[in-house]
Amino acid sequence: MSDAAARRPRRSGLGLPTRHMVAGALFVLLAALPFIATAIGDPFLVVVFTRILVFAIAALSLDLILGYGALVSFGHAAYIGLGAYCVGILSRHGVTDLGVHLAAAIGLSAIFATVTGAIALRTRGVYFIMITLAFGQMAYFFFVSFAAYGGDDGMSLAQRSTVFGSDLLRDSTTLFYLTLAILVGFYVVASALVGSRFGRVISGTRENALRMQAIGFRPFRYQLVAFVIAGCMAAVAGVLLANQAMFVSPAYMSWHRSGELIVMVILGGIGTLIGGVVGAFVVLLLEEWLAVFTTHWRMGLGIVLILVVFFSPGGVSGLVQRLFGGNR
Amino acid sequence: MTPLLSVEKLHKAFGALKVTDDISLDARAGELHAIIGPNGAGKTTLVAQLSGQLHPDGGRILYDGQDITALDMAGRVQLGLARSFQITSVLPGFTVLENVALAVQARSGSSFRFFRSAAAEAGLNEPALDFLRQVGLEARTEVLARNLSHGEQRQLEIAVALATEPRLLLLDEPFAGTGRQDGAVLLSLLESLKRRLTIVLIEHDMHAVFRLADRVSVLVYGRIIATGTPADVRANPEVRAAYLGEEEAGVGA
Ligand SMILES: Nc1ncnc2c1ncn2[C@@H]1O[C@H](COP(=O)(O)OP(=O)(O)OP(=O)(O)O)[C@@H](O)[C@H]1O
Ligand SMILES: [Mg+2]
Repeated sequence: MSDAAARRPRRSGLGLPTRHMVAGALFVLLAALPFIATAIGDPFLVVVFTRILVFAIAALSLDLILGYGALVSFGHAAYIGLGAYCVGILSRHGVTDLGVHLAAAIGLSAIFATVTGAIALRTRGVYFIMITLAFGQMAYFFFVSFAAYGGDDGMSLAQRSTVFGSDLLRDSTTLFYLTLAILVGFYVVASALVGSRFGRVISGTRENALRMQAIGFRPFRYQLVAFVIAGCMAAVAGVLLANQAMFVSPAYMSWHRSGELIVMVILGGIGTLIGGVVGAFVVLLLEEWLAVFTTHWRMGLGIVLILVVFFSPGGVSGLVQRLFGGNR
Repeated sequence: MTPLLSVEKLHKAFGALKVTDDISLDARAGELHAIIGPNGAGKTTLVAQLSGQLHPDGGRILYDGQDITALDMAGRVQLGLARSFQITSVLPGFTVLENVALAVQARSGSSFRFFRSAAAEAGLNEPALDFLRQVGLEARTEVLARNLSHGEQRQLEIAVALATEPRLLLLDEPFAGTGRQDGAVLLSLLESLKRRLTIVLIEHDMHAVFRLADRVSVLVYGRIIATGTPADVRANPEVRAAYLGEEEAGVGA
């Protein structure tokens, strides 16, 4: 079967090894970024890119269920918010340890995802989208009306999370590397996940749920676990976002943010994992640059999205595949 | 001997249309029981109820002495009751091998395994390859299912059903749309499966039915009008009037 494996036809987007190579190259480039920023005398770049990496983590986690499971969650930003508020609220009460923040964020998101997922996954298609949107908005309005923690205005953090009592993360470069390390770690984990037995059940259900039942699977529980994993990963992004901005606000979890995450995944290439990362770069860099020229920058983003959908359905990753021939 | 499958007074209606009208039938262990009937007679609807895809309005389904009427499709498959679909239902974006390997996976160990690559599991690929050999698709393992010809998709459909390791196989018009050559492969496959498995075969192709079946039931407008050996059924005047007559006149199939 080895020569058969070599001429194995590929799915849409990048073939696996090419995809990993692109991802590896991107990560290496990113690791060099702080040096480049220092060299060109623009240390603010590190701050900008930390924020991009945070959303890359969130988009990667969304692609896990959107790209592989066809579960269009329109409430994914809620998990970013939950993660961020764990940092804000715990810090307010004197608990500043990063480990505790992460554990709380993951635990809370796992509960929220289990409850909302168990309900949303009883529906399909547009109803699933609506229900995840509704739960996302519920979380949003909960924090909007939570006056003790800033309500609508959000709350500033006095300091970043501490690591074993030390304020390592005060240094923006350290925070950047922590974020990058988590992104790389999640990319590796997610890549293994989609190729595992579990991943096959998830993508098999995307392909044909009836067929999965007809070979003896009950897809619901697998989908729910995937939904929870994705939510927990996004919550970790939220913890990092709160640290990067030193500010926590309900705006993090609004449906605009959830929509933007979907845009990132589609723009970058759905069902490729690295696509979500690339999409986060494209969307947030466009935001940075177009916003300089015009307050209507979102229009520019809209045009880019339309062009991508029409001319490169595989997203940016699909384009790279076609330009460089991938690994056929 | 108690039959492996027995259906008691099954009822199902879509609005005013009685699609399953008081059907009772059984399949003995090792038997090939064919069900024939004109278009729209309710054959697929019956298979859907036997497999757990649809719930009957009334009646019972017993499998191996156990009442499975309320059991879902996955539960029935786990008991060894597998089906194929009249309208091909495979995983179009998976390769042929992956389609079958996933069915093997469903039967072997937990699928809550998150890190090891399933593609590298010989325990999944080797049995899958075996089933593909049985249906004659071993040369097409790495092709995406959506790129198979119609006849090949029918073969894949059977391989996937076999990979669930059934004791009872429900086949809904497996010959539909297969060419002459694929049909011959399928016919000899079913002959080799006979006795090893209990098979309920829905089929339009009279040639195949009379060659394979131990017993034949005739379903017309939701009702079983006759059950018996192929020779009995062929000679039954009611059947001739309702079904075989038009068949021989070349109206059906
Ligand atoms: N979900 C449904 N809702 C309403 N009517 C249905 C439904 N499914 C099937 N029917 C109707 O029930 C009748 C029986 O359909 P069924 O598919 O079981 O027939 P069949 O014997 O398998 O026919 P064929 O030989 O064409 O495959 C048909 O008149 C069909 O239109
Ligand atoms: Mg039918």
